[in-house]
Amino acid sequence: MGIRFILMVNKQGQTRLAQYYEYLTLEERRALEGEIVRKCLARNEQQCSFVEHRNYKIVYRRYASLFFLVGVDNDENELAILEFIHLLVETMDRHFGNVCELDIMFHLEKAHFMLEEMVMNGCIVETSKTNILQPIQLMEKTS
Amino acid sequence: MNPFSSGTRLRDMIRAIRACKTAAEERGVVRKECAAIRAAINENDNDYRHRNLAKLMFIHMLGYPTHFGQMECLKLIASSEFPEKRIGYLGLMLLLDERQEVLMLVTNSLKQDLNHSNQYIVGLALCALGNICSAEMARDLAPEVERLLQFRDPNTRKKAALCAIRIIRKVPDLAENFINPAAALLKEKHHGVLITGVQLCTDLCKASADALEYFREKCTEGLVKTLKDVANSPYAPEYDIAGITDPFLHIRLLKLLRVLGQGDADASDLMNDILAQVATKTESNKNAGNAILYECVETIMSIEDNGGLRVLAINILGRFLSNRDNNIRYVALNMLMKAITVDAQAVQRHRATILECVKDSDASIRKRALELVYLLINESNVKPLTKELIDYLEVSDQEFKGDLTAKICSIIAKFSPEKIWYIDQMLKVLSEAGNFVKDEVWHALIVVISNASDLHGYTVRALYRALQTSVEQESLVRVAVWCIGEYGDMLINNVGMLDIEDPITVTESDAVDIIELAIKRHTSDLTTKAMSLIALLKLSSRFPSCSERIRDIIVQNRGNLVLELQQRSIEFNSIIQKHQNIRSALVERMPVLDEATFIGRRAGSMPATVSTSNGASLNLPNGVAKPSAAPLVDLLDLSLDDAPAPSSSGGDFLQDLLGVDLSPASNQSGTNQASKTGTDVLLDLLSIETPPVQSSSSPPDVLSSIQDNKSPVASLEELALPSSLSGQATTPVGAAPMMDLLDGFVSNPPKPENNGSVYPSVVAFESSALRITFDFSKPPGNPQTTSVQATFTNLSPNVYTDFIFQAAVPKFLQLHLDPASSNTLPATGNGSITQNLRVTNSQHGKKSLVMRIRIAYKINDKDVLEEGQISNFPRGL
Repeated sequence: MGIRFILMVNKQGQTRLAQYYEYLTLEERRALEGEIVRKCLARNEQQCSFVEHRNYKIVYRRYASLFFLVGVDNDENELAILEFIHLLVETMDRHFGNVCELDIMFHLEKAHFMLEEMVMNGCIVETSKTNILQPIQLMEKTS
Repeated sequence: MNPFSSGTRLRDMIRAIRACKTAAEERGVVRKECAAIRAAINENDNDYRHRNLAKLMFIHMLGYPTHFGQMECLKLIASSEFPEKRIGYLGLMLLLDERQEVLMLVTNSLKQDLNHSNQYIVGLALCALGNICSAEMARDLAPEVERLLQFRDPNTRKKAALCAIRIIRKVPDLAENFINPAAALLKEKHHGVLITGVQLCTDLCKASADALEYFREKCTEGLVKTLKDVANSPYAPEYDIAGITDPFLHIRLLKLLRVLGQGDADASDLMNDILAQVATKTESNKNAGNAILYECVETIMSIEDNGGLRVLAINILGRFLSNRDNNIRYVALNMLMKAITVDAQAVQRHRATILECVKDSDASIRKRALELVYLLINESNVKPLTKELIDYLEVSDQEFKGDLTAKICSIIAKFSPEKIWYIDQMLKVLSEAGNFVKDEVWHALIVVISNASDLHGYTVRALYRALQTSVEQESLVRVAVWCIGEYGDMLINNVGMLDIEDPITVTESDAVDIIELAIKRHTSDLTTKAMSLIALLKLSSRFPSCSERIRDIIVQNRGNLVLELQQRSIEFNSIIQKHQNIRSALVERMPVLDEATFIGRRAGSMPATVSTSNGASLNLPNGVAKPSAAPLVDLLDLSLDDAPAPSSSGGDFLQDLLGVDLSPASNQSGTNQASKTGTDVLLDLLSIETPPVQSSSSPPDVLSSIQDNKSPVASLEELALPSSLSGQATTPVGAAPMMDLLDGFVSNPPKPENNGSVYPSVVAFESSALRITFDFSKPPGNPQTTSVQATFTNLSPNVYTDFIFQAAVPKFLQLHLDPASSNTLPATGNGSITQNLRVTNSQHGKKSLVMRIRIAYKINDKDVLEEGQISNFPRGL
């Protein structure tokens, strides 16, 4: 319900972060990722950010070299998800400082932790950047 | 050592993987790392466990199997260090899923962690639980989660709320326990708790009707107030996005209000003010504002009617629709589709804009707009809209053409005001995108053409013209070939010219030319060629001067590798050469194809069981079981009420055969309107034309053109040649004796003698052993129905047991048999059996009744079978 998966994919089609909120086997995942990424990469700037795929919708946005794709149910508010993607990027930006693709790759678990604080089970948990980053900053301080 | 720094080794691995130039290299690196990790797991290495798990997660993300790391997750979770626990839980969520049994082992750890004193650990456990718990785990741990819903720390509460959502989804029975705590959450101030609380309530409402009632009564006002607070709140830097405080909360609240207000007028009233406020005051220059407006409009559309609000909503939609941002337009189209059900008039006003969107460059917008246009069509605007769509069809790109064609065809089929318009539009579509058109569509077109008898000339001329230009569209070629074959004479003689037509001269050889082209083109597929062959046969009868030339063309296919074509060509050749006397009768104009039956049949009158049973009937004409016969019979509009199952197995065979009426209304060359497998297979048995996909037909569709009166007898002739019917291929040899039988066939149907309006009883059937008498009566008020009482008299000295009477009628009749009075017929007229039948004649006044009968009985346990045809029904029945 709500969000089904969140993917971060670079322009060559390599997955940098994948979080699924519903069960899919490995083969299904690769197939899905391949299909969707091809569709999104083929679109240009002017076209709208929503793609219909099978029985759900993909909302995507491109930031520099990274595509953020969120798969949602058909009844979800697409514009809100677009906002959510922006919120995610801003949160990561605040934490890593000018986040880029390599940051996410080399600190994969931190990116996951952040995502966990924001989305649970397909629903948005927290939208305040301070609240999201607080436990993570706490962890970094103690280590 | 800092367990959180990934350490050089993870970094090294990532670098190594990035440096790989090919997939094979990458696989090699990954394999090496996996081996190292597996070795470390075996050694029970404590220090690097977390690092290995991090590596495993990366590898998993790339798509490699990592199940050997699952136990590692468990060990890490069980550790007492927070960082290790953290990564253990992360690994748990990424590498495992709820279907694995390993998950059950975690339940205990989870329970301990849920009771931990450290709130962050509790949070971890809730997170893991919320993401992947299974039903059993949910049941076990639900009480803990309930308790945590009232925990002091808001972060824990919010996570507990989302965890509860998952539990409710997995185990809906537990929903009641969560209603009260959830209601309490709605009064919170902390946004995080509020947003999750609202989501929990929304899910509860969906899961249980009681919850919905409860929330509707108790919480609607509170929610309205909360929304008002949020909307009016001053600048809060924490939650501010583009000048609006926490738009996500706005949206969630609006969603919950929607669920509560739907179907309930009181709740909807409470919301009106705040909805109006949000709709008017929200700024729409930023995406966040638009998102809120979108949600607001959705809510307004779903709750109970309030005129003012609805107008507001449609205005917002109109604004969105003209926005330049594609996202907004997409969203607007989406909303309009929902708005149609509510207020169709308002949406019609935006019709022009929507039509523009169909031609947009963006694929998603095009799709949405097309669906919306489809919903907007009604009788008044169908013509201009269809014109626009067809114009666009010419310039649209390939992926879209399929969708567009399908939609246009269904629009035309549903809304066409008159036949000529239908035919025109369909011709245009076929010329443009014939290859995308589905089979049912052009079958339907042929049915319509045949029904529009005054338009035959016009149609065939239009098709001829179209064929000059668009030869690549396969469906167009097929329809054209059929029409030219049927109505070729109208084409030549310019019959039935309408005022709008330009005169056109087509000679006989032109017509033959064009069909020859259809056969010879190497892109023509099997169906087209087959249809062309029969069209040529028809033309050879209608244009006798071209007969020789046509024969030459047909003969060229004699050696064709495809059995269907070969067979047709040989048989048609034989007809042209040797059987001129019956040729014209064979290929006479087809009677009007029955639209109603066609539509009914197409609309899924085929039960699924039929296709399987028909498989059997194809192989063994003699072995079909009774139950399978019944659906077949029903399909063919024949109600045959039999007494207990016929005693001989051969009975079903005949019944099947009799059950099929060979009237041309049911078939046509090359296409089969009942194009489902069942009737095709059955019609196969009876040598009616089928698409070559199925088994090749027996003696050709020649018989398909035979008039009703002849057909039942013809089928009897075939019965005498079971060899030509069994199984698949028939050889031309089998065809020849068939033709010969037909030579000796008397073409005049016996005329009934009686002309009076009083209906005397007739002796329907008499043999040495049995007499059947029919008494007629007409129920008042229904001239088409006749009640017949059949009396069976035994003329022999033996008693007949297991007496069964069966009857079959042609297509235009409907028969209903009541059960017989008894099964035993005493000897020598000492008693008789009576049975009532009801016959309905849909061609009352034009055709008289005809019936084939079969009687089966036993004499001293020996089976006897008698058959016959009754054609001496009084006229006027």
